[in-house]
Amino acid sequence: MADTAFVSVPHEPGAAKPDPILIADGVTRRFGGLTAVKVDHFEVQRNTITALIGPNGAGKSTFFNLLTGFDQAQEGEGQFNGKPLRGMPPAKVARAGMVRTFQLTKALSRMTVIENMRLGAQEQPGENLLRAFAPPLWKAREREITEQAHDLLHRFKLYEKRDDYAGSLSGGQRKLLEMARALMCKPTMVMLDEPMAGVNPALTESLLDHIVELKEDGMTVLFVEHDMHMVRRISDWVVVMAEGKIIAEGPAGTVMANPAVQDAYLGAHHDTDLSDLSLEDDE
Amino acid sequence: MDILFDVLRTAIAPSTAAFALAAIGLNFHFGLTGLLNMGQAGFMLLGMYGFAISIQQGWPIWVAILVGLAAAAIFAVLLGWPTLKLRGDYLAIVTIAAAEMVRFLGRSQSLAGLTGASSGIRGSDYKAPFEELSPFPDAIVNIGPFSMHGSRSSSWWLTTVTWAIVLLCAGLFWRLANSPWGRVLKGIREDEDAVRSLGKNVYSYKMQALIIGGVIGALGGITWALGNSVQPDSMGRPTTFWLWTLLLLGGAATVFGPVLGSILFWSSLTLVKSLASAFIPSDVLAPTELEPFSLVLVGVTLMLLVVFRPQGVLGNKKELAF
Repeated sequence: MADTAFVSVPHEPGAAKPDPILIADGVTRRFGGLTAVKVDHFEVQRNTITALIGPNGAGKSTFFNLLTGFDQAQEGEGQFNGKPLRGMPPAKVARAGMVRTFQLTKALSRMTVIENMRLGAQEQPGENLLRAFAPPLWKAREREITEQAHDLLHRFKLYEKRDDYAGSLSGGQRKLLEMARALMCKPTMVMLDEPMAGVNPALTESLLDHIVELKEDGMTVLFVEHDMHMVRRISDWVVVMAEGKIIAEGPAGTVMANPAVQDAYLGAHHDTDLSDLSLEDDE
Repeated sequence: MDILFDVLRTAIAPSTAAFALAAIGLNFHFGLTGLLNMGQAGFMLLGMYGFAISIQQGWPIWVAILVGLAAAAIFAVLLGWPTLKLRGDYLAIVTIAAAEMVRFLGRSQSLAGLTGASSGIRGSDYKAPFEELSPFPDAIVNIGPFSMHGSRSSSWWLTTVTWAIVLLCAGLFWRLANSPWGRVLKGIREDEDAVRSLGKNVYSYKMQALIIGGVIGALGGITWALGNSVQPDSMGRPTTFWLWTLLLLGGAATVFGPVLGSILFWSSLTLVKSLASAFIPSDVLAPTELEPFSLVLVGVTLMLLVVFRPQGVLGNKKELAF
């Protein structure tokens, strides 16, 4: 369905989508005199993989923080799955079904892999202080959670590591753990902040497959990434930000050929095809 | 042999148990949640005042205990409300200052009618209702090599009660630390934002931990006061630092770490003091210099511990090392 979803969508910034799960309107975030984000309109189509790209300092991560409640915009409205996002704290955004990962991976190092996973689950009555005293009230749910965690760990090839401390995992494994943990929340939308940063090439392929699987499982994915190769491979739709604004939207091929986008990526690469940059990123 | 008994007597003393209690409270703050509470002595002092003043007003002992614990809970809310939204070190600054404020308020002449200002409240003014509950005889009782009064002050009665409370609170810690609730706290200790991104209300969990730890601290204060007297200056900054020391010594984030830490800390202090007074001639080390000397030696031992066993005696190096 993703392949047909964008047929009628114009290739222009702020284009309306047929079935948007996430909408942002007139979002402005200023830090003192600096306007970090000024997005007039932004929509993410349900059950697709959308990439958010742009040069360093374009405001991608700030925009990400605004959407997930980790930062509050001075102006603007957001809507996720029909619910208004304005002023919603990050925990509530997550409970509403939009779960994020972080650019600098936040594996909880001094907890085991399985405890990391269990923490991601929702509706565990034992997380309430008074109920925590009575294990019969939460043991059953704990078993369900553990089973769900085992399934995900198998899928992400971390099952053998389940009793290890998360701090002993490699950088790439931590990225996988963080993604698996986010899935414990059973989200409808997954926000990945640079999922490939610091991941070795051997793991890249499986990470890409996992992201595609999310879509097959009915989730919507929005990710920030610098690796053009990855953007081209898996995204259905690409949104380009520069200097806080959205300057282009469209399928990967169209967007990368766009002169405005090439300008944004600085003079040095002005004459190169953006997809060649991936060679440098991959080293 | 006498030295050994001195050490053992310190090990089971009610004040050792009282410090173990306050350290269990601190373990909820630091070991589980990663909160830097530098004012645990303030929580203890509030418990002591709440208890002693209520008894002086003629209220029943159960009400007095509740008043002491409630005072600590309210203190926790007041401290946590503005600071728990900020980064960890702000809580450290605010708690150390607030604990000093409690101490100075206790010392102030304007409240002398209630708190007895800097001379404090004499033990005989508030201990009676507790001692009347004692099933032990009202006389010196010898059990094995130990000789203590049955009911008065640092008595067999107080020893039994405080260690029972210590076991109860250690059990409470074990139950909560191994529940999903404790898992959320450990997550917060590791990375607040990650826990937020998983849909947990971090602020509320930190507040709950601060209150529980503070209330257990107040319980430590009350039991300490039952063996001594209410003295604002006995609960100053050194008390908080000792609590940190013995928590880290025993092993943070473990169930019995604070208990073992308190026993080891106080008995090694007694050991060093007794050995020094027995073997160092008094023209080399005057009796008045024994106390500071033993503190220095204990301090050096602790430095070695932090260097060579940073997780404490019982701690797990992978989970929580100082």
